Amino acid sequence: MSTIDGPTPLPGAKASQAAADRQASGNIPGGSADAVRKSGWFGRWSEKWRAMPRQKQWLYLIVIVVIAYLLPVINPPILSTEPGNDFPLALFSMAVYALAAVGLNIVIGYAGLLDLGYIAFFAVGSYTAAMLTSPDSPFFKIPYLWTIPLAILVALCVGVILGIPTLRLRGDYLAIVTLGFGEIIRILATLIPAMKGQVGFQNVGRPPGMGPDGIPIFANSNGTPWYWLALTILIIVLFLAGNLERSRVGRSWIAIREDEDAAETMGVPTFKYKVWAFAMGAGVGGMAGALFAGQVGFVNNQKFDVVTSIMFVAAVVLGGTGNKVGAVLGGAVVAYIPLRFTAIAEYKYLIFGLALVVIMIYRSQGLLPARQRLLAYGHIAYAKVRRTAPIAPAPVTEKEA
Amino acid sequence: MLSTVLTALPADSDWINFDVPSLMQNFWSATFDGLTFGAIYALVALGYTLVYGVLNLINFAHSEVFIMGCYAVFFTLSFLGFGPSAPNLGIGAIILNLLLALIAAIVASALTAFLVERLAYRPLRKRNAPRLVYLITAIGASFTIQYLIFLWRGPLPEPALTMFIPTPIFEVFGTIIDSQQIIIVVAAVIMMVVVDQFIRRSRTGRGIRAVAQDPDTATLMGVNKEKIIVTTFIIGGVLAGAAALFYVMKIPSGVQYNGGFILGIKAFAAAVLGGIGNVRGALLGGLLLGLIGNYGQILLGSSQWTDVVAFVVLVLVLLVRPEGILGTSLGRSKA
Repeated sequence: MSTIDGPTPLPGAKASQAAADRQASGNIPGGSADAVRKSGWFGRWSEKWRAMPRQKQWLYLIVIVVIAYLLPVINPPILSTEPGNDFPLALFSMAVYALAAVGLNIVIGYAGLLDLGYIAFFAVGSYTAAMLTSPDSPFFKIPYLWTIPLAILVALCVGVILGIPTLRLRGDYLAIVTLGFGEIIRILATLIPAMKGQVGFQNVGRPPGMGPDGIPIFANSNGTPWYWLALTILIIVLFLAGNLERSRVGRSWIAIREDEDAAETMGVPTFKYKVWAFAMGAGVGGMAGALFAGQVGFVNNQKFDVVTSIMFVAAVVLGGTGNKVGAVLGGAVVAYIPLRFTAIAEYKYLIFGLALVVIMIYRSQGLLPARQRLLAYGHIAYAKVRRTAPIAPAPVTEKEA
Repeated sequence: MLSTVLTALPADSDWINFDVPSLMQNFWSATFDGLTFGAIYALVALGYTLVYGVLNLINFAHSEVFIMGCYAVFFTLSFLGFGPSAPNLGIGAIILNLLLALIAAIVASALTAFLVERLAYRPLRKRNAPRLVYLITAIGASFTIQYLIFLWRGPLPEPALTMFIPTPIFEVFGTIIDSQQIIIVVAAVIMMVVVDQFIRRSRTGRGIRAVAQDPDTATLMGVNKEKIIVTTFIIGGVLAGAAALFYVMKIPSGVQYNGGFILGIKAFAAAVLGGIGNVRGALLGGLLLGLIGNYGQILLGSSQWTDVVAFVVLVLVLLVRPEGILGTSLGRSKA
């Protein structure tokens, strides 16, 4: 067993890695104190980002966010998915994918648990929103916006229920149980009359508000407000995920991911934090599902297949496992490519399935590699190191995520 | 126990009811049919168990190894001129055709297993990848093969081909047992006994057990680990090929691009139930799961419940006895 999952990389690989690190940090002008990995365009870009002062980062962030909000209005011709697909709707679907990828990244990227049935939580969220707002459902009704927190809560509970029996065991069991659950949820939606199988629920609720012409602002075909809503939620979730990552919980997750036994020995209650990670990821998935249900306005059992779960995994892996910005990027790319290049849309499953294998073999860190860094007070510490030692030796903690 | 789990789901009036009289009435036919399905699960489960024992990896692509075998059976039979209705052949011709289909299925499945190992897993072993990377690659490989088949054959199941009409052989407890059930169960049990003995007695089998126990020490003792791993994958492929023939025999309309998926999950559940990494456990788990699924289906009144029941069984087993009924170690089985 130890040759397969042994935590120590080959000694040779480590040495060559260190050499590459030194070389790379020598190449970059004013070489930062962090060991710079030779990781292509994206990697260099993220290095430059880390070397910036905080104020400058905020400035850039605001510009990026403003551009992101303006995208459906500008509709840049190169990026636009029209005439094939409505661009604001495409943006909304990218944002939902990105949101799901950020949630899944908590499970796969931070805690290192493979969840292959993420669509199930997405479905739970969608059904929560649909069953509590659609006139087709016999249950009591609540306003749509209230279903979003409720969807989080329900998905969270399902995550805990599913997580408790499986997370006590080795991670592989979780993979197969979640894979099975992703399929079962669809069958249950067919078999349980209250979930109305293929008939489904129409006229799922929407946020309030009427346009001047009497059409609701959040009409199903009007992608722009939906995109703005999803983007706002995505940004909030990103902040929360970032804070969570740096918190005690996040550090425990990363400890568990790197070496569960060592973490347990150091007093990390691994089981508890694994359930937390799983449930948090489920909650974000439920929220993405509720958003999706609201925009589409129709939920039935055909919308949630395991295939989409694998696409979410592909999004996380493509973006860079353990990097939340990477997850956003990966989610957006996975949603965008079939919508933009409609000629290859038919092959999207093949492309992303193959991408999973190829990325894992040749570049397992993804487009935006996650790096091991000081999670608490990191910025202050790095600033101090930078001031005292312009070119410091590679930190010992540097290790592939 | 089952009912408490199911009633915990969204409550509605009578979305679930237990049809006990129907189960009583069909108990024996459900048993024999369940054993037939169980034998198929067991053969596929062995593939999971062996690879898991040696590599500690859930080979998600094993369901695709199985479905490639199904396609090979389908193509061989179409080539031999079989159609929806069974041809009027003598017993010799039937056996010959079945053997041809069996060989085609075994070759296709073993080849797929070999290629998956070579292209997807070996590069990872070379770079000592962490476990998560293996799992993601495995699911990626499964997905890729599935959609290659999808692009090639389209979304619909292949037309059903009937190999022969099962003839009643004898009667037990007022239930007729037909030739098909006998062929499947007997052939599956023979194959599993052969594999069991192979792993217990042969030189290669000893190598497999050694690698399962401790790959490093095994390598130091002169076991060629890479060769053992490839052999393990190929044995799994051969068994999946045989399972494919029986599956197409039992469910002729089941040849579909994603047909292996649910069966794969059930077979894995069977392997866990019996004790993953344990060859005899796979047989026991497969037969049990076949029985439970079939009883559940009749009790609950829809064939879709089989999948749900199998899943609930998997979760319950993990909850109560994660090492399975017979325990988990391939390495510790006695020589």
